[in-house]
Amino acid sequence: MPEDPVVMYPLVIGGGEVVDANGRRRADVAIATDGTIAAVGDGLAAARTLDASGCVVMPGLVDLHAHLREPGGEDAETIASGGRCAVRGGYTGIVAMPNTTPTVDSAAVVRQVLDAGRDAACEVVTAAAITVGRAGETLSPMGELADLGVRLFTDDGTGVQDGRLMRRALEYGRGLGVTLAQHCEDAALAAGGHLHEGEWSARLGIAGQPAEAEELMVQRDLALARLTGARMHFQHLSTARSVAMVRAAKAEGLPVTAEATPHHLVLTHACCAGFDPVFKVNPPLRTDADVAAVRAGLLDGTIDVVATDHAPHPPQAKERPFDLAPPGMLGLEVALAVIHSELGAELGIEGIVAAMSVRPARIAAMAHQGRPVEAGEVANLCVFDPEVTWEVSAEDTMSRSRNNPWAGRTLTGRVRHTIVAGCPVVEDGSCVRD
Amino acid sequence: MKHLLDVADLGGRDGIEDILTLTDRFVEVSNRPIPKVPALRGRTVAWLFYENSSRTRLSFETAAKRLSADTANFSVGVSSVNKGESLRDTARLIEAMGADAVVVRHSSSGAPHRIAEWVDAAVVNAGDGWHQHPTQALLDSYTLRRHVGALDGRRIVIVGDIKHSRVARSDVDAFTTLGAQVTLVAPPTLLPASLEGWPVTVSHDLDAVLADVDVVVVLRMQRERMTEALVPSLREYTARWGITVERAARLHPDTIVMHPGPVNRGVELDAAVADGPRSVIVDQVRNGVAVRMAVLYRLLGHAGATDEEQIDA
Repeated sequence: MPEDPVVMYPLVIGGGEVVDANGRRRADVAIATDGTIAAVGDGLAAARTLDASGCVVMPGLVDLHAHLREPGGEDAETIASGGRCAVRGGYTGIVAMPNTTPTVDSAAVVRQVLDAGRDAACEVVTAAAITVGRAGETLSPMGELADLGVRLFTDDGTGVQDGRLMRRALEYGRGLGVTLAQHCEDAALAAGGHLHEGEWSARLGIAGQPAEAEELMVQRDLALARLTGARMHFQHLSTARSVAMVRAAKAEGLPVTAEATPHHLVLTHACCAGFDPVFKVNPPLRTDADVAAVRAGLLDGTIDVVATDHAPHPPQAKERPFDLAPPGMLGLEVALAVIHSELGAELGIEGIVAAMSVRPARIAAMAHQGRPVEAGEVANLCVFDPEVTWEVSAEDTMSRSRNNPWAGRTLTGRVRHTIVAGCPVVEDGSCVRD
Repeated sequence: MKHLLDVADLGGRDGIEDILTLTDRFVEVSNRPIPKVPALRGRTVAWLFYENSSRTRLSFETAAKRLSADTANFSVGVSSVNKGESLRDTARLIEAMGADAVVVRHSSSGAPHRIAEWVDAAVVNAGDGWHQHPTQALLDSYTLRRHVGALDGRRIVIVGDIKHSRVARSDVDAFTTLGAQVTLVAPPTLLPASLEGWPVTVSHDLDAVLADVDVVVVLRMQRERMTEALVPSLREYTARWGITVERAARLHPDTIVMHPGPVNRGVELDAAVADGPRSVIVDQVRNGVAVRMAVLYRLLGHAGATDEEQIDA
């Protein structure tokens, strides 16, 4: 008597626990040759199996805030190297920030970034600048760029200082159905400040920037969101009062979203005590009370998204004195492990999936990211071992840079495999893509 | 003590007292007909001055020569800082040259601390940004001891641009460690944003605190502060926070006046007061050499020999 024909899938992620927006279940995930999920269930047979025992199989992470430095800053990072960092950290989709040289403010540069992104290890889309050259003076050709697929506009690195111009950008963007994102920083109040103005700036004798430099622009932009009815995303919120203002705005019903970085959820300005510019970042690391408030904001949903603000700088740039070094720190490779180690107990894997995959995918309008782990969906997956402990090393990186503030820390949980559009790009923690 | 980066590196009261006691001996050496001892023969002290400073540089150089150390100058211009030259490259250079100590002056706070992480040589902070100037605090403490005795319970006012002053930060650390009560006097714009953890009292009214003090440390008021709207004008600054002849006349007869130099005569300190009987400014400069001899000796002295063998030889 002939046996029933057994379906052999080309690839199965076997033995893990699937977690997505629909909850948790033990299941194997089979991948079809076209890169979609063919089946989710028990005992799926495959030509090749990736072991996920003890692991969580979740939708691949999405980063709303990655500085890939290309074009212009290829000594620090490229779209290819940044993409490899991303997949090693479990990301399957990332949004490139437009503060490159030249700025991503024209169709030509958008095309250049998207072209390079097509060869990257994960899906790369780009944000574009709100104003030409991020100079805060004239609007970029937002409609033309939206036609090329840009869904997020930001002058990140600086905030749009002119309230009238920001109002126009929000109104115009609303008509295009795009989202404007703001790096909230009042340039005049923040000018010359290299860390949070407070106890540590005073002790170390380094000019600080007050929390109010961020808060003033959060306040203004909430007013403009109310005025225009436009969707508005607040980048890397870092102060207690910023979180409180966004919480109140959401309660009022304004269509705003917000992100926080792993470093603002964990590290404080006391990290700067040794003058190591690896801890220099913008907005600066703040106080214990601010960290507590940002964490509370993430837990109660005021902060929708954890975004990395991955900001590579080559070693020599950080081998300067604190005030002369550029701000920014790496994040893509460790963000998930940091959040799981620090906030896993409170957020749960479900909360992490929401904040690091589902919601950022929605804000970035990435159709095939942050989706349920179900048959028919594009197989963008992160397989995460929540138990393993490991020590972060600045040298063990896919980045061209080494400015990793987490180096030397022991974290719990690490990405085992990453699948992008059905292809394993990370296996057993190692990137298998050029 | 491996490096002297902050006053805290001296190891508290005992460490400061040790340097001050040692300074007595180097004052004696400096008064000899031939003011030179072989203590640091064969040692090399390198200068790494990223910021112009003829006074501190001269003081350290005199100290090193009186100790018979060899000196080497890495003349780094201000321009190389502005070009963003890697501090680590400079540290590598120092290592290659085999300097035993490197004396660093930098306009950026923390620059000597970074260098200290990368070199085997002892690093002496000769002033970093607004942060620390530990040998100035030592020479101020030494000068005070000579003029008013032990600092325990002494009332010291530091007046002026505290916010941007490495001298103020170091003096506060040293004076309070030695038991003095320190009051900072400045307009709020010239005070640090936070004084959390500073063992001081603060006043914005100089006249209210001057009646009852043993020492007034006057800080230099830099003209560039005018462009930052920190005070309306130098004229107003002098009227409210300057040690004018009239204010000096209201001080207790024994109150002394100090200034780290160079003095903006007529701005923070009237010329007649700077040159008058209360002023110990010249003593500060003189003691600076002996204090720096003591610091270099402590960092570089030969472990196998006693102080007597090395200093009194």
